[in-house]
Amino acid sequence: MPASLRELRDRKASVSTIKKLTRAMELIAASRIVKAQQRAQAAGPYARELTRAVSAVATFSNVDHPLTTEKENPRRAAVLLITSDRGQAGAYSANVIREGERLNQLLREDEKEIVPYLSGRKGIAYYTFRQREVAQSWSGDSDSPNFARAREIADALIEAFLTPTEEGGVDEIHIVFTRFVSMLTQRTDVIRLLPLEVIEGEEPPAADEVLPLYEFEPSAEEVLDGLLPKYVASRIHYCMLQAAASELANRQRAMKSATDNAQDLIEKLTRDLNQARQAQITQEISEIVGGASALADANAGSE
Amino acid sequence: MADETSGKHLEVALVAAERTVWQGQAKIVIARTTDGEVGILPGHAPLLGLLQAGTVQVRTVDDEYFVAAAPDGFISVANDRVSILAENAEMGHDIDLEEARRDLERAQATGSDTEAAQEDVRLAEARVQAAEKTS
Repeated sequence: MPASLRELRDRKASVSTIKKLTRAMELIAASRIVKAQQRAQAAGPYARELTRAVSAVATFSNVDHPLTTEKENPRRAAVLLITSDRGQAGAYSANVIREGERLNQLLREDEKEIVPYLSGRKGIAYYTFRQREVAQSWSGDSDSPNFARAREIADALIEAFLTPTEEGGVDEIHIVFTRFVSMLTQRTDVIRLLPLEVIEGEEPPAADEVLPLYEFEPSAEEVLDGLLPKYVASRIHYCMLQAAASELANRQRAMKSATDNAQDLIEKLTRDLNQARQAQITQEISEIVGGASALADANAGSE
Repeated sequence: MADETSGKHLEVALVAAERTVWQGQAKIVIARTTDGEVGILPGHAPLLGLLQAGTVQVRTVDDEYFVAAAPDGFISVANDRVSILAENAEMGHDIDLEEARRDLERAQATGSDTEAAQEDVRLAEARVQAAEKTS
C-alpha cells in the first residue's frame, strides 16, 4: 500500500485549506485590479494636460532647461526599479529585477557607473541579500501608490540629477517597471526619465491639432521651471500606477493557477484515498473468506 | 475658433494629480499668477501661467460661485478651455475651515527654514483662503 488512509486524508485536508487560501487571494487581487485601473484612469487628465503644457512651452520657446539637457560624456546612471512589496505574484518582481540586471549590464558596457534606486520590498531584499549599495529605497505601498510617494521619488531623483557628477550626482535616470497592456499581458519596460525627451508623451497630440500661441506668465523659462518637476513626478506616478495594476494582475494569475493546481491535487488524492480504502476492504473480505474456509476445512477434517 | 465660441462660456477643468476635482462650464475664472491677478473671460488669448497663493475663483454659467485651493499649481487657457492643474487641488466647500486654520497655525509654528516647511505653510494658507471665501 503506497500510503496509509490517515496520511492521505491529512494531506487532502491540508491541500483543501491551501486551495481556500489561494482562492481568496485570487479574488482579492481581482477586485483590486479594478480599483487600480480606475486610479490609473483618474490620473489620466492630469498627465495629459501636463504633457500638453510642457510640449507647448518646449515648442514655443528655445529654452534650455537643465532637466532636458543631455550631459556630455555621461558617467553615472541611476536606475529605478519598481517591484512589489509582497510575493505570491508569480514572476512579477523577478522579471523586473532581471530586466534591471540586463540594463545594468548594458550601462556597464558603456562604462557607466550604476546608482540603484529601489521601490518595493522585493527589490530591496534582492539588493540587500547581495550586499549591493543602494542610493535610496521606498516601500510600503506598491499595490496602491499615491501621488505623494511619486513626488517624493521624483524630488530625490531630480536632486541627484542636478547634483554635479563629481559630487555624487547622476547623468541620466532610467526606470524599469511593468507596463499594464491588458489583463493578460503585462510587459516589463525600460524608459529613460532624465534627461527628458518631452516630445514623447503617452498620447501625442493629433497631427492636425495646432498648438495655440501661448502667452507665458511670468516667462517661458519660469513656467518651464515650474512645470518640468511636476512632469517628472507625473511620469513616475504613471509608471507606479501601471506597475501596481500589473502586480495585481500577476498575483491574480499566479493565485488562479495555484488554485487550479490545488484542485488537481485534491482530485488525485481523492482517487488514491478511494483506492486505498477499496484495497483495505478487499483485503478484509479475503481475510474473512480465507478464515472461514480454513475453519470449514478444519471442521470437515475433525468430522 | 475663438470667435465662434467667444461670448458663450469657458470649459473649465480643475484637475488634481489623482482625480478631476471639478469640471464644468463657467462665465469667468479669476486666478492669481506670479505676475498678479488675471480674470479669464471667454475668448481669452492662450495663456500658460504659474499660480501663486493658490486660490482660484470660478463663477459658473448657473451663477454659482466657488473658490478652490490649488496650491503650487498652474493654469492653461486655450480656445476657451481652462485647465487648472495642481497636485492637491480641493474645492473650498470641501475644506473644514477650523481644521484648515489649525493646520496653518501648526505649519507656521514649525517655522519656515526648509523648503518643505514653506510649502506646508503655502498649502495651508491656500486652503484657509479657499474655505474663508466660500463660507
